[in-house]
Amino acid sequence: MTVTELSHAEGFEAVNLSEGDREITGVYIGDLLSWVMGKATSGDSWITIMSNINILAVASLTDCACVILAEGVTLEDDVKTAAQSKGINVISSQLSAYEIALRLNTMINNE
Amino acid sequence: MSEALNFHFDVDGDDFTSAGQASVQIKKNLRQLGISPDTIRRVSIAMYEGEINMVIHAGGGEADVSVTEDYVEILLTDHGPGIANIEQAMQEGFSTAPDAIRSLGFGAGMGLPNMKRYSDYMNIDSEVGKGTTITMRVNL
Ligand SMILES: Nc1ncnc2c1ncn2[C@@H]1O[C@H](COP(=O)(O)OP(=O)(O)OP(=O)(O)O)[C@@H](O)[C@H]1O
Ligand SMILES: [Mg+2]
Repeated sequence: MTVTELSHAEGFEAVNLSEGDREITGVYIGDLLSWVMGKATSGDSWITIMSNINILAVASLTDCACVILAEGVTLEDDVKTAAQSKGINVISSQLSAYEIALRLNTMINNE
Repeated sequence: MSEALNFHFDVDGDDFTSAGQASVQIKKNLRQLGISPDTIRRVSIAMYEGEINMVIHAGGGEADVSVTEDYVEILLTDHGPGIANIEQAMQEGFSTAPDAIRSLGFGAGMGLPNMKRYSDYMNIDSEVGKGTTITMRVNL
């Protein structure tokens, strides 16, 4: 499943899709940035409730397919602009991290 | 590549919002050099953790990266407070990050352990009141 495909699924909304063709191959959940740095792997969709600008560097360096903002968290305009210019895919959802992960599991495995 | 390629960055200690830029830039540079994705990932994550530490704990510093035939070396120099107990600082979970910084997602005490894990060689030279110099190498 690509990031753009996920953004079209029920319960998910596109925030930025500069590289929407990227394939989602896994999931990582976490809000402590250096923990994510150590554990997230390339191609993961990273579910978090953090929304400050530093998440963009973390997503870029771990090579995540996209950031998924859980629980209705939104990005400030300047962070959104930075995500666009840096080419970091961001999706938002009102769902909890747990519910997002459950849906991702179904979508990734049904391919 | 017979001579080392060098990259220099000033890491601004006041501008928390741009912290991590040097690491993101190095990632691009290494990609242009055709270095393997896994190596790039290790270098850029190790460097990012060190860069952020200089911003959060030392008021900024300098980063020098050199690429030789055998390894990528990252040299981080700051003139911050220094680290009194390096062994303790290296432990997973140890952090002196203030609350305001923790609310941004930092302060898990995983930065130095990540740097150690992702590099093939790491040395910390620190003196209280003078500053800290960290050398890391990732073999090519
Ligand atoms: N450059 C530095 N100057 C002074 N103290 C430092 C420096 N780097 C690290 N430290 C000290 O070592 C501790 C551990 O660093 P480490 O990077 O592992 O965790 P952290 O930065 O507190 O949290 P995290 O990296 O998980 O966000 C810091 O809390 C700080 O006390
Ligand atoms: Mg740190």
